[in-house]
Amino acid sequence: MNAELRNHIIELLDKGTRLDGRSLLDYRKPVKVEYDASNSAEGSARITIGDTELIVGIKMEVSTPYPDTPDQGGLMVNTELLPLSNPEFESGPPSIEAIELSRVVDRGIRESKAIDMKKLCLIEGEKAWTVIIDICPINAAGNLFDASALGALAALKNAKFPKLGEGEVVDYSEKTDEALPLAKMPVSVTVCKIGSHFIIDPTTEEEKVIDARLTVATDEKNQLCALQKGGDYPLTIDDISKMLDIGVEKCNELRKAL
Amino acid sequence: MTYTKRLDKRKFDETRPIEAKVGVIKNADGSARFKIGNTVALAAVYGPRELYPRFMQNPEKGILRVNYNMMPFSGHGNRVRPGPNRRSKEIAMVTKNALLPVVDLSEFPNAVVDVFIELPQTDAGTRCAGICAAAMALADAGIIMKDLVSSVAVGCIDGTVVADLNYDEEAFEGIVADIPVAVLPNTGEVVLLQMDGEMSKDNMVKALELAKKVCADIYEIQKKALKEKYTVKGDKK
Repeated sequence: MNAELRNHIIELLDKGTRLDGRSLLDYRKPVKVEYDASNSAEGSARITIGDTELIVGIKMEVSTPYPDTPDQGGLMVNTELLPLSNPEFESGPPSIEAIELSRVVDRGIRESKAIDMKKLCLIEGEKAWTVIIDICPINAAGNLFDASALGALAALKNAKFPKLGEGEVVDYSEKTDEALPLAKMPVSVTVCKIGSHFIIDPTTEEEKVIDARLTVATDEKNQLCALQKGGDYPLTIDDISKMLDIGVEKCNELRKAL
Repeated sequence: MTYTKRLDKRKFDETRPIEAKVGVIKNADGSARFKIGNTVALAAVYGPRELYPRFMQNPEKGILRVNYNMMPFSGHGNRVRPGPNRRSKEIAMVTKNALLPVVDLSEFPNAVVDVFIELPQTDAGTRCAGICAAAMALADAGIIMKDLVSSVAVGCIDGTVVADLNYDEEAFEGIVADIPVAVLPNTGEVVLLQMDGEMSKDNMVKALELAKKVCADIYEIQKKALKEKYTVKGDKK
């Protein structure tokens, strides 16, 4: 069945269009960022890209820094592919898809040095903030990669430190006015290859038939900060160069939604 | 001591503001959002669909599965660790028991209807909000039902019976009883009843009467939300 769907999609792409009438390098509409999606989180955002909708929430905890980085805080990204959001998702421990998604979002933020980790340290070697980003799809209808990275950045922008009581005990009932120290604005765009075509923002159906994908995370100065090739189909250097060009350009477009 | 004024100045029988919406998750066969105060519940229904592993199938009728989950950032204090825990499993079970009396799955042998309840933000009363959302989502999915299910937590604070306790009231320093109740609005029968705290039997009966009254109001809100989805614009009512 997928072979037929694939042929149909490629025929459309040859004519410069897609199943939903978009052109190859268009995002679905709307691309929407809403802040404060959950008031129990320290920061949160709801992202809508076409039919795909997800909530990203941030909790901040005080914990002991890692021994190799005693003067830095921590970052953790986690995705729950909720069975509420797609008929094919199942309950249970995180699937490999959820783990890959979390790790790619994590790298985009960590490696671009979007958060100044040293500013999260409270007492060197003893206490530092850990920022935990949780990604929860509400309606998973394709391209969770880009929606998640955008949502993670939006939630970070939205986050405020909770009040810190005596002995560095967190009082979650009160938030301070202090925002997270954000130095960069990394977002990501996933470029997919199908046949000889490149497309962005795939729907669930398109995701099932693509040959390969490349997630390109860039900061606002167009520097690459994380990449991830997906799919078991090889890419040439020429392919990659073209996909990077598309990625960099579209990252700038996506960043405007913030 | 008596509880003469509520912490958020509501009347004793007054709930927090309620919003209900049906059809909020496009992928699902039925879905709903139920917001009461700062507690938000989302419910999605998938099915009837084939059930695997096969040994779980019932050849006489379809089965109902309920999953209740708080999003990791939805709690009042620390992050809630993802995945099922004892609390969420128990809530899923009592939710299922509250929904089963109204759904008729006799036409779907070997199949399953899955109900997924997610909480993006919470301020007490999550199982009740979850039940309200789930009942609406089941109706939206076209499952044969003989009634909706409406649910609210009532309680007793220092001898005063109140409706829809929020987190601050649950944690109130005094004698507090918290009673999540779910009612079949057309018969008044009780399908969920739990209680923790301390109260007299007389107040318990009073609280149940209050729950029945409040659930009747919630039922109207649920019905209105369902009708809204299926009303064509420009149609006369």
